[in-house]
Amino acid sequence: MKISGALAVLKALEHEGVEVIFGIPGGASMPMYDPLVDASPIRHILCRHEQGAGHAAEGYAWATGRVGVCMATSGPGGTNLVTPIADAKMDSVPIVAITGQVPTPVVGNDAFQEADITGITMPITKHNFLVKDPALIPETVREAFHIASTGRPGPVLIDLPKDVLLAETTWSWPDRVKLPGYKPTTKGNQRQVVEAVKLILASERPVLYVGGGVIKANATEELAQFATVGSLPVVTTLMARGAFPDSHELCLGMPGMHGNYTAVTSIQRADLLIALGTRFDDRVTGKLAAFAPNAKVIHVDIDPAEIGKNRAADVPIVGDCKDVIAKMAAELEARRSEHGAPDRSPWLDQLAEWQRRFPYRYEQAPDGPIKPQYCVERLRAFADEDTIVVAGVGQHQMYASQFWRFERPRHWINSGGLGTMGFAVPAAMGAKVGQPGMRVVAIDGDGCFQMTAQELATSATEKIPFITAILNNGYLGMVRQWQELFFDERYSGVYLDPDVPDYVKLAEAYGAVGLRAESPEDVDAVIEKAYSVEDRSVVIDFRVDPKEMVFPMVPAGASNDDIILGPETAQHTTDPAEAPIV
Amino acid sequence: MSNGTGTLHTISVLVEDKPGVLTRIAGLFSARGFNIDSLAVGPTESEGLSRMTIVVNVESKPLEQVTKQLNKLINVIKILEHEAGSAVERELMLVKVRASGDDRARVMEIAEVFRVNVVDVTSSTLTLEATGKPEKLEALLSLLEDFGVVELSRTGRIALGRGDRGIRERVLKAAND
Repeated sequence: MKISGALAVLKALEHEGVEVIFGIPGGASMPMYDPLVDASPIRHILCRHEQGAGHAAEGYAWATGRVGVCMATSGPGGTNLVTPIADAKMDSVPIVAITGQVPTPVVGNDAFQEADITGITMPITKHNFLVKDPALIPETVREAFHIASTGRPGPVLIDLPKDVLLAETTWSWPDRVKLPGYKPTTKGNQRQVVEAVKLILASERPVLYVGGGVIKANATEELAQFATVGSLPVVTTLMARGAFPDSHELCLGMPGMHGNYTAVTSIQRADLLIALGTRFDDRVTGKLAAFAPNAKVIHVDIDPAEIGKNRAADVPIVGDCKDVIAKMAAELEARRSEHGAPDRSPWLDQLAEWQRRFPYRYEQAPDGPIKPQYCVERLRAFADEDTIVVAGVGQHQMYASQFWRFERPRHWINSGGLGTMGFAVPAAMGAKVGQPGMRVVAIDGDGCFQMTAQELATSATEKIPFITAILNNGYLGMVRQWQELFFDERYSGVYLDPDVPDYVKLAEAYGAVGLRAESPEDVDAVIEKAYSVEDRSVVIDFRVDPKEMVFPMVPAGASNDDIILGPETAQHTTDPAEAPIV
Repeated sequence: MSNGTGTLHTISVLVEDKPGVLTRIAGLFSARGFNIDSLAVGPTESEGLSRMTIVVNVESKPLEQVTKQLNKLINVIKILEHEAGSAVERELMLVKVRASGDDRARVMEIAEVFRVNVVDVTSSTLTLEATGKPEKLEALLSLLEDFGVVELSRTGRIALGRGDRGIRERVLKAAND
């Protein structure tokens, strides 16, 4: 059967189980839009900016665990995808980006809308392809999905010149992928598992340091079993919120720069860190040399390059978290019944005491300005368990992670590694497409919101309803916080004005419902109203206290032992040279 | 500059001969802050595979990170680290030296001692073609510098592990396991 290269792309996507593409067409990618009229069952969601399409594909992937797909044309279409692709690389999100390219005879001639997108995205993709022969389209698509979704997941880009899309080719679907240089190790070495379990049984103050890899490996049930069997307290990083229920008695919550005292300090005092699908990121470790100074380290990761990159491991285990955690739990159970279990109660009692003494805190005065933390708590109070929460980057993201209570995996979506402002609105849209039966709430900042708010138009025309709760403090709040603490309150380039734009009117202009809360007593009513709207998106403008800061805080580059619990203990640095490095 | 000592390590990297593979490797080195001392690339005994010999300076980043990150590239099939003395290493160098008057005979004499070929002659220069271990080329070069080196071109090191096994058999064996 002879078909066009463009149809081959769509058929191949269909073979990969793709239901939806987020994209924007253009000259070079147009041939792929023709089969979408009547020859392909795939839904195309027309976004308003390629960055939105890319983040939507990420949100879809986060929420479902399946590969998200975005499509753009050559040149600026592709370059607008650069940010979401880099974001997906840093957070190991499986997406496939498909771009049109100028016809092969003019590649390299600076043709109209030409950009070397495979060259540009080489360092920010897991792999990318430039397809010059239409016969190679099916196997390329198959390889792309295989690479994106297996091993450590990540973004893959396929660049397709227009003449390749228009050319006729014979359709044949490859029965297997041939990638001789790509064989992820998924099964953990049993001898290492035994070594790890010996360390666990010998430890008095163990901590499970759980990262996003546990969610990506769908290993949360194994984790719960493992933690319970071993009486192992758990910290969940920003990428792993929901990997272990916040309500579980062994859950200590989030560690890191804005983590809670108990989670941060448990690691500092631990004699054993069991690091699962996590990469010892600087936002977690603070000053690396002072991180968990007395702990031996068991490090489980599917990416061998993460093991030993930042912290040497006493027991390294390369493998899929699902496999390795199950093996460790089984081995632990067997050895425990044979040799007995160590008494963890002094350690668990200590942790419980810290939790009692040092919870996250804020004060909401009944007549004072609305505190952003209060908005998050109330949004959570009215939500059901199956609500997906999405955040951008900044103070609102930290409040959301701190004050939402996460009970299930894939219910928390944010931009962790790259720290991409503007992530929330399009990612929430993508999450809603992936999980149409769940309510999706984007908790956003006013700075972030303005970077990608145009996707509210997509939400309206494509009927993808979600809620955006803007914690509107009129500032780029996290930068403002650093200027207050480390630059002698010399505010520069951070004031946005909470009244511009008028977010209620803006929402209405986009066909969404706009709501505003200006004092604490408005908050519940506005949330109830927002949650009652099902047929379209809602934007809530929460006017929050611009002076509120995120605490606890470990200043960048400082030791986690120097955690600052609140504004009263924050040392204001007046010399910019003493300010923390990024 | 000797292999396996100090901060320089020689690795052989077997890669799929796909467009952009050299860029991927060079890009990875710069993005990760690894330093390349030299890189030589060419075809191998099997079609579709190229072999790179990379001399890595590991002063700032451990070799383990270099090989682990290289291994993550989809087109990289196999990496072999050459321990000191475990590989035959050679480099080719072309060097144009000032050699007029009395100097000409002295340069010819050095060439003979080092068993290198004279491949081009002008009234004022000689061009030598030298092959050998990096140490030999360094020694030769230091002698020639006294006469004045007009220009110099070096291929960078290439290496094969000693013994009867090839890098590819290990790959094929691994692929069939």
